[in-house]
Amino acid sequence: MAIDSSRLIEALQNGLPICTHPYAEVASQLGCSEAEVISGIAALKESALVRRFGVVVKHRRLGYAANAMVVWDVADDMIDTIGAKLATEAAVTLCYQRPRKLPHWPYNLFTMLHGKERQSVLQELGEIRQRLKIACKFDVLFSTRCFKQRGARYY
Amino acid sequence: MKNGLDQEVAELTDLERRVINGLQGGFPVCKHPFAVAAIQFGIDAQTLVDVIQGLQERNVITRFGPLFDIQKAGGDFCLCAISTPADAWQETADTLNAMPEVAHNYLRDHAYNLWFVLATETAAQIDASIAHIEASTGYPVLALPKEKEYFIGLYLEV
Repeated sequence: MAIDSSRLIEALQNGLPICTHPYAEVASQLGCSEAEVISGIAALKESALVRRFGVVVKHRRLGYAANAMVVWDVADDMIDTIGAKLATEAAVTLCYQRPRKLPHWPYNLFTMLHGKERQSVLQELGEIRQRLKIACKFDVLFSTRCFKQRGARYY
Repeated sequence: MKNGLDQEVAELTDLERRVINGLQGGFPVCKHPFAVAAIQFGIDAQTLVDVIQGLQERNVITRFGPLFDIQKAGGDFCLCAISTPADAWQETADTLNAMPEVAHNYLRDHAYNLWFVLATETAAQIDASIAHIEASTGYPVLALPKEKEYFIGLYLEV
């Protein structure tokens, strides 16, 4: 019998048990078989509900102390072109379109750049702007403190 | 957990580096997943279990396992920002940190200095959380929900 996917997500949302047979451990929590857990997770991956599977790192602990949110005010008819180009840059780890909130917030394209220090991130950003010929207004918001960083919870 | 040692760069062994680089993208789903994953590192299952446990205990990895696409699973996300006076963010940050629907919360050097992500079961709960935050902190919330995703692929080489 197929296991209910929301029960499986709930059991896994805080991570996989770190032991040699983690799926058997999850199965005993859920009162089902190991094979059902394995096929249930495979089905979640198949439906693209699992976006990544593995270690989720704490950037600061790995020396990636410079974490810049770079925001761009891109003309509406250019956003798909520029968004797609920025997405191909190795230093860009996230690239999203979000709404402008005028007059307070003019930026509609958001990217994240990670680096070991601010100077190298700014240099990389300069090179990207030059390489992609992006002349629009932009701003760089470095993080100075990380209070909370966890995977989103499924209720 | 919020400051001090936790913010310092961790010292990693060569094996730990290889495990972090090798397991950011995927993990096997089969009866002996650690044994299968351990092959690429030339170690056995128990050694890999010990390495990952050690990384988690030292807070080098925040979690191990699947990261779900909460929007596909029926939930909702919203990036939000608040602008407080530069020297008066602490109380607002504490209020946000105490809320279970706040998944991430960062201080950034900008007029909008507090940036946080709300993660809830429904879109209506996002609106309710924002209303609650505005009422309890006294600051307006800039809500910036994702409209289109061009790329997500955070991978950090160590």
